[in-house]
Amino acid sequence: MPYRLTEDQAALRDAVRILADEQIAPRAAEIDRTAEFPWDVKDLLASHDVLSLPFPEQYGGLGGDLLTVCLAVEQISRVCATSGLILAVQELASLPLLLFGTEEQKQRWFPDLAAGRHLIAFALTEAEAGSDVAAARTRARRDDATGDWIIDGSKRFISQGSVADLVVVFAATAESDDTPRHQRLSCFVVEKDTPGFGVERIEHKMGIRGSPTAELSFSGVRVPDAHRVGEIGQGFEIAMRTLDRSRPGIAAQAVGIAQGALEVASAYARDRTQFGKPIAEFQMIGAMLADMDAQTEAARQLLYKACTEIEAGAADAGRWSAMCKLVAGDTAMRVTTDAVQVLGGYGYIDEFPVERMMRDAKITQLYEGTQQIQRLVIARALAAPR
Amino acid sequence: MRIVVLVKPVPDTASGGERLRPDDWRLDRAATTAVVNANDEYALEAALKLTEAHGGEVVLLTMAGAAAPETMRKALAMGATSGVLVSDDALGGSDMVSTTRVLAGALGAMEYDLAFAGADTSDSGGGIVPAGVAALLGLPYLSYAAKIEPDPEARTVRVNRITPTGYDVLEAPMPALVVATQALGEPRYPSLKGIMAARSKALETKALADVSVAGGDGPVGGAASTTAVLGAEAPPPRGATRVIREPADEAARQVVAFLAERRII
Repeated sequence: MPYRLTEDQAALRDAVRILADEQIAPRAAEIDRTAEFPWDVKDLLASHDVLSLPFPEQYGGLGGDLLTVCLAVEQISRVCATSGLILAVQELASLPLLLFGTEEQKQRWFPDLAAGRHLIAFALTEAEAGSDVAAARTRARRDDATGDWIIDGSKRFISQGSVADLVVVFAATAESDDTPRHQRLSCFVVEKDTPGFGVERIEHKMGIRGSPTAELSFSGVRVPDAHRVGEIGQGFEIAMRTLDRSRPGIAAQAVGIAQGALEVASAYARDRTQFGKPIAEFQMIGAMLADMDAQTEAARQLLYKACTEIEAGAADAGRWSAMCKLVAGDTAMRVTTDAVQVLGGYGYIDEFPVERMMRDAKITQLYEGTQQIQRLVIARALAAPR
Repeated sequence: MRIVVLVKPVPDTASGGERLRPDDWRLDRAATTAVVNANDEYALEAALKLTEAHGGEVVLLTMAGAAAPETMRKALAMGATSGVLVSDDALGGSDMVSTTRVLAGALGAMEYDLAFAGADTSDSGGGIVPAGVAALLGLPYLSYAAKIEPDPEARTVRVNRITPTGYDVLEAPMPALVVATQALGEPRYPSLKGIMAARSKALETKALADVSVAGGDGPVGGAASTTAVLGAEAPPPRGATRVIREPADEAARQVVAFLAERRII
């Protein structure tokens, strides 16, 4: 296989880049300032089939591979991290169904998701169960008379939880305390209009401010057994397999943010004159820009490699996934911080986008597993007996 | 309804890399990526809207170098059904007369109800090819269209032609050639599905020998060119630039004052 993007991948990337530059970039500052979910951007991504990328063709999707999805997330995030997250979350939350769903479940939910008519959210984290996923307290108990499941509990920090039509929720189904921790959870799809499902509040955040992060409550939410994804007790495995495949989406968001900041900083350094010449010609600025470029490219190449390894079914997919998010998240934070430095005082005010990019970058070190959890995943892969 | 749209690949001015070849002053087409000529995109958009409303298909017609399919795929991704490319080394350096005769010959061999063209191209910018094609084929020529209303049953087309004072309403029998303008509406972005579908759409390439050239028996192509570029110079560097960073109202006031001072407005 040639070590380059295919023609299709390059063509789709370029199309998304044009869309991002011309239609989304002009909205980015306002999305950040108002902290309102950009429905117009969602509609734009839907009407240009961007949201259909992760879904198989038989359900109206484009059947894009993981790398293609990441190329799109990267290009959108280059101008607006909130907007890039719309595609990343649509992919993340659909993965349990893609990987473990039945044919009936896919037929029921994928066409609307692929067309962008519906959004979907991934509800795993709880107030007391963040990195320790298996500690989830949200419970699902079986109604033996009907076979339905009754879900009670709450979920916190759920990206797009308040705007989603479907929520994939992980709840404890183990009846005995003796059940191994990794077999306690099961996975369910909840449709937003189900009685007992509610949005408790939206968080005020440092970055990705247009992407609503919701606390969701489940109070006697009844779902049929047909809404259960995978086997009873398979929830932890489903969550982990999902994250193995979704973390590159966050790495792509991070690479996009870094690239966007690099481009703003380079352009500024070429235009800004001090002591009679453009500051890009001063070695201290030039060295910063060079490091930013090299680090961004390194993170990007690790991401692309990780995507192809994961797509090929590599045995150490979890390691690739953790490594690319770790490196890309840290790179985004460093590069955006340096971009603010290159712009000086102008970087610290909202006249330029780099302060927003710096705030947006921080989340990529936190969600879908903190950087510490990524290191844990990588270290475990190294420590595993051979 | 079948609409043929004349499209030309031109250098992407956004790339900033356009240059002329120093030996013959012809455009160095290898120096930049090519895009669909912007005025042709307006024509294509109008054609797509009409076939969406009335049914039918849009076919591209291009005369260009061997790399043209890459650019034509972008137009196919917007929604055109298929394309015909006339490409031949002998056509390199064609003047506008040659281009007109070859395109008229190629168009004459196609089936169509309407032919659309952009007002001019951003590279050579002669703006006479569409009129020449219409003249050679004896087609009604409806230029500077701000609105195009075909009546497929009556086999007529009605066009609002922009004039200095407003517009004229023209009506002609089909087939006819219509020159599109920006007033027809912004061209669409290709959807990702459109891009994927474009890869498998039919693109027929014809050599010069496959085309029955219109307008007489005389030779066409670079060797028969009746014009030659004798020299070229880069424009002088831009002088001092004044950037106004005031809020919109104040900025507008200053721009108006600046122009009024110089009696430009």
